[in-house]
Amino acid sequence: MSIRGKAAIVGFSELPTLRQYGERSTTGLLAEVARGAIRDAGMRKDDIDGVINREDVNSLELCEALGITPRYTSSMTVHGASGAASILTAAMAVASGVASNVLCMLGQSRPASATRLEAGAGARGGGGPANILTEWEAPFGTVVAANGGYGMIKARHMHEFGTTQEQFAKCAVDQRFNALKNENGLWKDPITIDDVLNSRFVNDPLHLLECVMPCSGANAVIVTSAERARALPNPPVYILGVGGPATSHSVVWQNESITTTPVVQSAPVALQMAEYSARDIEFAQFYDCYTILAMMCLEDAGICAKGEIGAFYESTDTTYAGEFPINTDGGQISAGQPGGGAGGFRHVVEATRQVMGRAGERQVKKGDLCLVNG
Amino acid sequence: MAEYEKPLPRQADPALTQPFWDAAKRHELILPRCFQCSRHFWYPRQACPHCLSPDWEWTKASGRGRLHTYTIVRQPQNPAFNDDVPYAYAMVQLNEGVRMISNLVDVEVPDGVRIDMELEVTFEDVTEEWTLPRFRPAS
Repeated sequence: MSIRGKAAIVGFSELPTLRQYGERSTTGLLAEVARGAIRDAGMRKDDIDGVINREDVNSLELCEALGITPRYTSSMTVHGASGAASILTAAMAVASGVASNVLCMLGQSRPASATRLEAGAGARGGGGPANILTEWEAPFGTVVAANGGYGMIKARHMHEFGTTQEQFAKCAVDQRFNALKNENGLWKDPITIDDVLNSRFVNDPLHLLECVMPCSGANAVIVTSAERARALPNPPVYILGVGGPATSHSVVWQNESITTTPVVQSAPVALQMAEYSARDIEFAQFYDCYTILAMMCLEDAGICAKGEIGAFYESTDTTYAGEFPINTDGGQISAGQPGGGAGGFRHVVEATRQVMGRAGERQVKKGDLCLVNG
Repeated sequence: MAEYEKPLPRQADPALTQPFWDAAKRHELILPRCFQCSRHFWYPRQACPHCLSPDWEWTKASGRGRLHTYTIVRQPQNPAFNDDVPYAYAMVQLNEGVRMISNLVDVEVPDGVRIDMELEVTFEDVTEEWTLPRFRPAS
């Protein structure tokens, strides 16, 4: 059974991405975007009978805090991809009749003391419960955060395909251009390719301006059936195809090819269900903790041939005003990566905003068919 | 020997992985190899990740391989490494077909580091109890 077009996103809400939200709690941020999304969808709280979040917060506790008694609830466990996975799960729940109106929400209020060093000081630094990281990585001086893995992946991509530093920088520059029109985004100043190339190596060959900044924020959407969607105030954003969540490995050296992402499996499934090909896609919102990841995933989705994403960026205006817009809100690299999976979910929210035609100054010219990768 | 402040290998399942560290102490590199499908795998685990067979044995490895990729560390997760930066954090493709994380030694960082360069294992006795495998350009 295909779920093509059986469910639609009908409302959304997003809090501005900030470094910190002071004393506000994660549950408080989630309650605010839940209320905002329900109102935006033209619904009332009691219309919601499905709730999906990420495992950081137990979904039953969250439902209790919101005063929602769901027929269906689940917490996603696929890390940064949890937001996109929540859409897949909500669409299945709605298409099967298990739930009628599903609230998907992710977010985090980071404590003021949180730094990357502290936040990641667990296994990669050799601390916390013993696991494969404390035994097989930490003794060799693991890099802070996920920078090490993505630095190694980027080095290999440059080696295999000849991708240049300038081409990676173009990705960051285009996204920053987009972020300048995003009132909810973190970074407000334009950057040039030289700015990226002159930013310090967090670890070679990865520049600082190719990496996300961990932030605070939250976002939410409402998924309902196509039938109900047509009677609601917003233009429905139909979910035409879903694929994944293909899992990747917790340590990159386990991947058979470190320059190939799980998108080689998830994108064809989603496109086949949607009855479109990659060539039909008008714009894309792709998970971008680092330039290298968004770029490899775009290759693996078939937006260009494998290994040619560098040349693609060099020759393509990927800003909201360009011929193939990518990460039109600035993506996580330029709009910030709110924790709790809200960073990955921003790609879903921005796709929704664009397809509804509500992106304001950064509205894309052709905005009907978007491919989202969480 | 001065006190070693960097993280030592902390094992989730010592019964499973201790043979590797015992071998390292003898300056030998050993790898798990499946009886069922004959393939090597890394890291050690209860069942072969290729065929799920629980029947595997430790086998002596060639200790030779290539540099699959690397990154030059400037900001270590653990500050005990701060005095070593910049150093090479390496993903080594062993001739047995598995990949392992280690460091490069006896090579100029970063200028002497090349992806696909031939490597061989060398061992550093970092404490009386623990020996770490590292890799240097093959002779």
